[in-house]
Amino acid sequence: MKKELRSPVSQRPFNAENINKTGIGAEVSIELNGKKLRVPLGRSILDICRDNNIHIPTLCYHEDLCIAGNCRMCLVEVEGMKNLQTACSYPVTSPVKIKTFSNKVRKARKHIVDLMLSEHYGECYSCVRNNNCELQRLAREYGIDSYEFGHVCEPRFEVDDSSHAVVRDMDKCILCRRCVRTCIDLQEVGVLEAVNRGYDTKISTFMDTPLNDVICINCGQCINRCPTAALHANDPSDQIWKAIEDPSKHVILQTAPSPRASIGEEFGLPPGNSMTGQLNTAARMIGFDRVFDTNFSADLTIMEEGTELLGRLKKAIVDKDKSVMLPQFTSCSPGWVKFIEHFYPEKLDYLSTAKSPQQMFGAVLKTFYAEESGIDPADIVTVALMPCAAKKFECNRPEMNSSGFKDVDYGLTTREMAKMIREAGLVLPELPKSSFDDPFGEASGAGLIFGSTGGVMEAALRTVYELVTGRPVPFKDLNIEACRGMKGIKEASVKLENCIEEFSFLEGTDLKFIVAHGTANAKVVMDMLIKGELEGYHFVEIMACPGGCIGGGGQPIPTSESIRKLRAKAIYEEDGASAVRKSHENPKIKYIYEKYFTDGPCGKISHKLLHTKYTKRGKFIN
Amino acid sequence: MNDIEKNKRREFVSELMNKYVPDRTSLLPILQDFQEKFGYIDEYSQQLIAFELDIHPVEVNSVISFYAFLYDKPVGRNIVRICKNIVCEFNGSKEISDAVIKEFKINPGETTPDGKLTFEHVNCFGLCDKSPSMMVNGEIFENINKESALKIIKELK
Repeated sequence: MKKELRSPVSQRPFNAENINKTGIGAEVSIELNGKKLRVPLGRSILDICRDNNIHIPTLCYHEDLCIAGNCRMCLVEVEGMKNLQTACSYPVTSPVKIKTFSNKVRKARKHIVDLMLSEHYGECYSCVRNNNCELQRLAREYGIDSYEFGHVCEPRFEVDDSSHAVVRDMDKCILCRRCVRTCIDLQEVGVLEAVNRGYDTKISTFMDTPLNDVICINCGQCINRCPTAALHANDPSDQIWKAIEDPSKHVILQTAPSPRASIGEEFGLPPGNSMTGQLNTAARMIGFDRVFDTNFSADLTIMEEGTELLGRLKKAIVDKDKSVMLPQFTSCSPGWVKFIEHFYPEKLDYLSTAKSPQQMFGAVLKTFYAEESGIDPADIVTVALMPCAAKKFECNRPEMNSSGFKDVDYGLTTREMAKMIREAGLVLPELPKSSFDDPFGEASGAGLIFGSTGGVMEAALRTVYELVTGRPVPFKDLNIEACRGMKGIKEASVKLENCIEEFSFLEGTDLKFIVAHGTANAKVVMDMLIKGELEGYHFVEIMACPGGCIGGGGQPIPTSESIRKLRAKAIYEEDGASAVRKSHENPKIKYIYEKYFTDGPCGKISHKLLHTKYTKRGKFIN
Repeated sequence: MNDIEKNKRREFVSELMNKYVPDRTSLLPILQDFQEKFGYIDEYSQQLIAFELDIHPVEVNSVISFYAFLYDKPVGRNIVRICKNIVCEFNGSKEISDAVIKEFKINPGETTPDGKLTFEHVNCFGLCDKSPSMMVNGEIFENINKESALKIIKELK
C-alpha cells in the first residue's frame, strides 16, 4: 500500500532480502580485513560489517531512513578503487577485498570529524546532548585532541525557539540531512530542506520562516534522529522546578504509558524495561504533590470516542443521516491532528471531537479533582510526562482551556523527566517501586496500550464490542493481534453478532478498522479516503510517530524499529498482567461518570470538558 | 501580494502544468518558464508550484536557492553578471566589477533603487579563453574592459 519513497533509486537502501538466493551468483566471496566471507549479492558493506561485528562509524546513516552517503564517515578501502568508498552506499556485487581500518581510512575519517568540528559551534559541556551525541562519540573514537582545521568561536546563526516543541540551533548542525529525510520521506511533512550551495549550505525551513509559522506538526521525529543537538525539544523543566518549589502551588504529574517503558534507557538500561513503580517514586521524591496515571484518561478517551463512534454509526445506519462522517478517525495524537489540520482541512469532520488523554486529564484535574479535594484550580499546576514533542504544542493551544484555566500547564518529555531525575540526584533503576495516587491511580490495561501503534484501536474494540454485544471480544486473552506489530498500515474487521437490543441495528455488521502510524502512512490513508476507497470502514486509528507513542519525539535517543518493538513488548506485557483490561471496567471510570459526568459519555458536561474543536489551517504560509 | 497578482500567477502555473508533465521531474523547466514571465519566483508561487507537483514548498525553495540563475526575490529589469573566477580576475575582472560598483552604487547581488539593474558575480561561464567575460540578460560579452563594460551597461534601458 505504501507508495514508493521519494528518494531517487540510487539513494534507496539495498535490500538483500529481496534477492533470489538460490541461483548462481546469489552469493559473492569477499575478503573483509583479510577474512574470507560469502555474502549475499547486493548487501551493503556497512551491513556486512555489522553482521561480522566490525564497527563502522556512521553519521548520516539511519536505519529508518534512506541512504544519503553525504557524511563520508563510513569510508572504507575497496581494493581496485581509486578513492575510498562509503560503506553504507556500496552494494557488494563482485568479489572485492575490503579494508575497514587501514591507515588511509583512519586518516580520512579523522579529517572528516575534524572538518565537521571546524564548523560546529559550541562546547560539549553546555549542550543538551552531552554524552549522547554521535559527533562527540566519533571525536572520541578518532582521538581528536585539537582542532586541526580551526573551530568557529562565535555563533553564526540565531537559535530558532519560536516553536513550542522543537528548537533549531543550526550552529550545531553538521548537515547530515537526517532531519530532511525524516521530515520528507518518513513523515511526509516537508518542513526542512537544505538550501543554498557549497559552503553556504544550511538546513532551512521554507524561506527561513520561524518554525512556529511553517507547517510543522511538532512530531519531533527530527529530534530523535538528529546526531547532534541541532534539533532539540523546548525544555520547560525550569518552570516546573519553580512551580514545585512554590509552596502555594499544587503540582500534579500525569504520566503517559510510553515514558515508563523507555525512561530506563536514559539510565543505561536496555530497551524494554518497564519502570512504572520507580518512576512514581522518583516523581514524588522530586516534589510532585500527586502522581496520576494518564491511562485513566486514556480509558476516559475510549469511553468518549467509543460512544461517539456508536453514535455516528447509529446516525448513519438508523437515521440515514448523510452528514455523518465515517470512518471516524482517532484524535489522540496531537501531531496527527495538526497534520490533518494543515493538509486535509476539509476532512476535519471525520476526526473524533474527543480531546487527547493528556488534555482530558488536565480538564478533569482542574474541575472535578479541584472540587473534590477543595483546592483552588488556579493553584493547580498540571504537568504531563509525555513521550511526545507535539504535546507541548497541544497544551498551548488557545482552545484548550475548557476548565477556565490552561488545562495542562506543561508538557514534559521522557528525556526532560530523566534530566530532572538526574538533577535531583536519583538513580531511577535503584529506587523502590510505588503506585499511583488516588483517585486517578487506577487504570486498565486498555489505557496502557495506547502507547503503541494499534493500541487505541485495540482498547476501543474491547469496549465497543462489549457494549454492543454484552460479551468480551472473541480473541484469545483479549489480545487483538491484528492491531499489533510494526506494519505501516494494518486493517482488520470484527463481526458483531447477537447484539443487545439497544444496538440491534448493528447486527451482523462487519466492524472494519484501519491502523496506521507515521504521517507518511496517514497520508496514504487520507488519499484513499479522498478517492472514496474507505467506504465501508468504520474506525481509523492514526498515530503521527512511527511505532506510535513509544517512538515519539520526546523519547530517549536513539530510536530504531528494534528498539520500538522492545518498548511495545514491555507495554503489552504490562497490559497482559493488568487486573482490569477493559476501559469501561475501570472502577474509577465508573465512579467519575456517576459523580461528575452524570449525563454519560458524550453528554453535555463531557462535551464541554472532554471534547474540542479543530482549526482549518491549510498548507499555505503567507 | 494582492489577489489580482495571485490570480495571474495561478493561471500561469496551471498553464505550465498542462505544458509539462505535472511531476517533480518537471520542476526546473517550470521554474525557468515562470521566472521568464514574472522575473522571479515569489513565495506564493513557490508554494503553488510545489502543491501542484505534490512536493513540499521547501523543496522548491531549496532548488531555487541552489541555482544561481533562479531568484526568489525581485530583480532589476536587466541583470549584469561578471565572472569572478581566477582567470577572469587575472585579466582584470575585479577592476571592471569595482567600476560597476562605483558607477551604479550597488554591491554584488543588489539592485539599483530604480529597478533598472541587478549586478552579480558568477563563478565561471566557461569562457576563460575570452576572459574577462560578462553576461547581460543572457547575452555574453567577451574580452571586456572597464570602458566597454560600462558603455554596454549604460546603454541598457
